[in-house]
Parts: sequence; C-alpha cells; structure tokens
Amino acid sequence: MTQNNKKAVVYVRLKDGVLDPQGVTIQKALAQMGYNDFLSVRSGRFFELEIAAGAEAIDRKVEEVCAKLLANPVIERFEIERVS
Amino acid sequence: MKFGVVTFPGSNCDYDAYAAVKHVLGEDVEFLWHKSSDLLGVDVVILPGGFSYGDYLRAGAIARFSPIMQEVIRFADSGGLVSGICNGFQVLTEAGLLPGALIRNAHLRFSGKFVYLRVEDAGTAFTRACRENEVLKIPIAHGEGNYYHFDDDIRKLEDSGQVVFRYVDLDGQATPQANPNGSRNNIAGIRNAQGNVLGMMPHPERAVEEILGSVDGLKVFESLRSACRAAQVVGAR
Repeated sequence: MTQNNKKAVVYVRLKDGVLDPQGVTIQKALAQMGYNDFLSVRSGRFFELEIAAGAEAIDRKVEEVCAKLLANPVIERFEIERVS
Repeated sequence: MKFGVVTFPGSNCDYDAYAAVKHVLGEDVEFLWHKSSDLLGVDVVILPGGFSYGDYLRAGAIARFSPIMQEVIRFADSGGLVSGICNGFQVLTEAGLLPGALIRNAHLRFSGKFVYLRVEDAGTAFTRACRENEVLKIPIAHGEGNYYHFDDDIRKLEDSGQVVFRYVDLDGQATPQANPNGSRNNIAGIRNAQGNVLGMMPHPERAVEEILGSVDGLKVFESLRSACRAAQVVGAR
C-alpha cells in the first residue's frame, strides 16, 4: 500500500431477525465446549478497501459499492467504519 | 420459438438445461455467454444452476452485474419469460427481479436429493402444464436455498399468490419434515408480481427422463413452451 492511498473499512451484518445459521451453529459449538455464557452469536463480514490516492468523491463511492455489491440490502446492513 | 441458457463462469447445469430443451422437449436453444450483451432473439431465458463466479461474496451476487444480466433484466422488465433455477434463483433475487433472499440452509449442509413439490398455482407460465396442487418429484442440490424474507413480505407474497412451488411430503402436506433447508413457509419457488419471472431452487432439468428417476421436471419446460406459443398467438393478432 503506497503512502497516499486511502483505506475504507466496512462491516456487513445481517439485519435483526434474519436467521443466521452459522451464528447459531457457532453458539452451539461454544456451549458444547463449555462456554455457557455466550447466549447468541451473529456472524458477519468485514472488508478493507484500498483506494487510489487521487480518487474523488470517495465517501459516496464507498457508500455506493456497499449498497450495490458488498451488502445485500434485502437482508443485510452495512457500516462504513472509516475512510482514512 | 427459441430458449436461451446463460453460461456464467461456474455454471454447471447449463448443459443439463440445454439438453432438456433440445433433446427432450425438442425445441431450439442457444447458450448465452455471460460476457455477451446479445440475447440472440430468444423467447425464454433460463439462468441455470451452479456456482456463478464461485459464489464468492454471496451466491449470485457477482453474476448479477455481468453484461448478459443487464440484458436479462431489460428483457424481464419488458415482459420476457425468465426462469432461474437454483443458482439462477439466487441471481434473480440479487438482481432484484424477485423479492427476498436465499440464505444458508438452516442445517448448514449441502443438500442433494429428490424432494416433492406442490404446484401452488397451475395458471402460471411456468406451471400451465401441471394440475392444480399436483405433486412433482424433482431433485434439489444446494447449500444456500433457504428462502428468507420478513414476515410482512412473506404475507404479501402469499396473499398475491406468488408462491409457485412449496416443499411437501408425498401426500402433498407442507410439513416441517418436508422442508429440506428451512425456507419460510416451505417456499421452493416464487414468481414476480407480473408473472414473467420465476425462481426455483429444485432442478427440473434433472428430472426430464425416466433414467434420471423422474420426468416431472419436463412439465416446467412444457409450460414455458406453451406460454410462449400463447404469447406469440396474442402477438400475431
């Protein structure tokens, strides 16, 4: 990563209420391992985007790619943690 | 009339769909390459099963942006018949042509087996060769076929009769045991409000000859042909 390039950090997670079979299975595994304090687990995705130093309108473009591709807005929501 | 079968990188049921149309149904069919922007004048588009673009990110998420899909979306918006099977269903939900989403099977395992489907509406372009409430034996083969939508949206789908196929037992009952993946309301296939776009997780192209274990899937292809012919008659007037 060259020095002037920017970075965006994005989290994608399922909306509340959407079944997360992976999360449920992980929670069960934890319970089986003896970790009974973890009542539920929700899984999600994490993205790091490297952005060309000279790029314009970055905030809008990051928002756009999240809505179009990185997340499925029907069942997921995204958070752009930071663009720096 | 002519069918078109889209081939994405990672499609693996495109030849099955092609063979079902060409050799069993006996109609013309063309492959439509994902990088192409030409539907070659087909009357029906089939989005086949497989793992388009490796199913990276989410099943169907990347295929939805391929050049051919922009044409398929235009085709569907202008009333063209589009049928998405398995991965094709996932592509259609990602493209927004069908409501809802296909998420991981509730049990997290890939499931490949024959299931029974009840025809919820024999009046659609995809089921007109079936009887009302007919039970079809057609196989599934998927890891992400768990149809999900929110309560209100499911109610809307049901109220507007957009559920085309439901997973049932041999007696036609939509029991929890007959649901192979956790889909809401045992939903196996839906259509859009206009009635020209279908998505279904089961594979009708894998059930078109006795040697495959069932010929029930052929009815979906016969329905499409019949709907196309009816449309052509109307168009010729």
